[in-house]
Amino acid sequence: MIKKGLYLTCLGILVLALSPLFLDSYLISLLIYIGFYGIAALGLNILVGFTGQISVGHAVFFGFGAFASAWLNNNFSIPVFFCIPLAAILTALIGLLFGIPAARVKGLYLAIATLAAQFIMEDFFSRASWFTGGVDGASAEPLKIFGTFFDTDTKYFFIVLFWVVISFILATNILRTKDGRAFLAVRDHYLSAEMMGINLTKYRILSFGISSFFAGLGGALYGHYLNFVSIEEFNIQLSITFLAMIIIGGLGSIRGSIMGAAFMVLLPEIMDWLTRSLAGTSIDSALSLSEAIPFIKEASIGLVIILFLIFEPNGLAYRWGQIRAWFKLYPFSY
Amino acid sequence: MAFDFLIQLLVNGFIIGLLYGVVAMSFVLIYKSSQVVNFAQGEFLLVGAWACWWLLAKFSLPFYMAFLLTLLFMILFGILVQVIILKPLIGEPIISIIMVTIGLSIFFQAIMNWMFGVFTEPFPQIFSAESLNIFGLNVQTAYLMSGLISIFIMISFALFFKKSKLGLAMRATAFDQQAAQSLGVSIKQVFAAAWAISAMVSAVAGVVFGIVNGISSGIAFMGIKVFPAVILGGLDSVLGAILGGLVIGLLEHLAHYLDVQFFNIGNLIRIAPFYALIIILMIKPYGFFGTKDIERV
Repeated sequence: MIKKGLYLTCLGILVLALSPLFLDSYLISLLIYIGFYGIAALGLNILVGFTGQISVGHAVFFGFGAFASAWLNNNFSIPVFFCIPLAAILTALIGLLFGIPAARVKGLYLAIATLAAQFIMEDFFSRASWFTGGVDGASAEPLKIFGTFFDTDTKYFFIVLFWVVISFILATNILRTKDGRAFLAVRDHYLSAEMMGINLTKYRILSFGISSFFAGLGGALYGHYLNFVSIEEFNIQLSITFLAMIIIGGLGSIRGSIMGAAFMVLLPEIMDWLTRSLAGTSIDSALSLSEAIPFIKEASIGLVIILFLIFEPNGLAYRWGQIRAWFKLYPFSY
Repeated sequence: MAFDFLIQLLVNGFIIGLLYGVVAMSFVLIYKSSQVVNFAQGEFLLVGAWACWWLLAKFSLPFYMAFLLTLLFMILFGILVQVIILKPLIGEPIISIIMVTIGLSIFFQAIMNWMFGVFTEPFPQIFSAESLNIFGLNVQTAYLMSGLISIFIMISFALFFKKSKLGLAMRATAFDQQAAQSLGVSIKQVFAAAWAISAMVSAVAGVVFGIVNGISSGIAFMGIKVFPAVILGGLDSVLGAILGGLVIGLLEHLAHYLDVQFFNIGNLIRIAPFYALIIILMIKPYGFFGTKDIERV
């Protein structure tokens, strides 16, 4: 069974790797977005879904990774290829630092504390012009290996795919180790976990660190894809989008993280397409839809979060499992 | 001059703090009775303010009628939100509850922006005099009225919970849900009433805030500012919420004063409450009046 799943995963990666052959660059760019948001969502899922620590400030770590990578490259002329993992490690260190106070509070209070951290860090980004370029933002060089610039969507896609595969292998295996099981124990019943000798503080901090590592990795990939990092990108909206990704994908599911990321990247596109296909009809003229596209996109994010929580609280990953089970057991599903 | 400026800021801070206190109070009301952390409190203000503005601007109703209609609408709105959205999620983990209110807040903010545009709209003139002179201080009439309204709301809150039957039922539910239920209190009604009252009171704050500063989606930020206030006062204390709101209002204006006079770093009025929040959480996570969570095994 595990073997079969492995083959399927390899097949999926192969199909993705060949996808630039038959997809146009717009679809490829969507896949790239799904890639780095997926990595960041994976990090958040380790924190929220596996360790039960709610964070409403994931976007600032994502942003920190983007700025760190650009900063390392611009100031120390480290090749971009090495900047990306280095930025991730730097973000992980910052995450550990933030984790120390955060480990003292839990649940609701942690959510509120991270909300405050979000605003404080946003403020820091706008002040620290040595690091972020202030209001002008920071420019990030495109990635270069052996003299080849990875500046087109098709080329950059492979870099993102590479890191997505690495991240998912890494995350899956982290959760199989002793530390990974400790995370689950902390989430399920922290008092019992503590009684069994699990150091709560240590694992809460560690979880913050690992989560920030993935956020930083995703952020660094994001920065070098857009070649420009602006301080306004990493607001509370993005943090909420990350939370929405893991809720929709499924809390505590590795696979769900990327499913949720795909859903949240595609949702605005679908809304865009819907609005445009309604253009010219009476609905359009009554509601002046074409001017309201940004609001429709935003409202749909909120609506989707609510609908998923009410009707599908286990997320897409659970539904996917059900569909697979249905096919496997067909026609005798009982 | 600097001293005058300080006093002026402190007066403003006090009045804004009263408003924070009102919003924090309605936040605590929901938290206490239904254990829901409402991240959409700011959107209640926004919806209420826009509803009142719409009635005033589109139908040119007299202010008191528009205001009363807004309150009625908000009662309905609060009940609907509770029944449709929050009721199916009773007993779900805390992350679901938090996320659903965040979802609500995004949704309503987007819808409001869609319906009324993203630009600040001024309220029609309501008070004849622009500002009053009290002890040599120039206080805007709207500010003064907002302070009075806030105090009025607080007193009626206290009376409601002390004297009325529903208020007593709500306090009983907050104290012990099962005991209240076994004594014939309808939990459903209490939850709905909590949301209705909270939405209504928030709408009053929203309208007052709109009269002072004009309405824009920035009003919804009050819903975020409420967190420092309630954490300072303790999440489940109404009195704490009022005091917390006052302290945060004064603190941010004091920070603004220090910022303008000495530091010149800007933006401190916006960010200082969040530093305060983190510090409070570190040294006194249950606030000054909150109930301590004691874990026994």
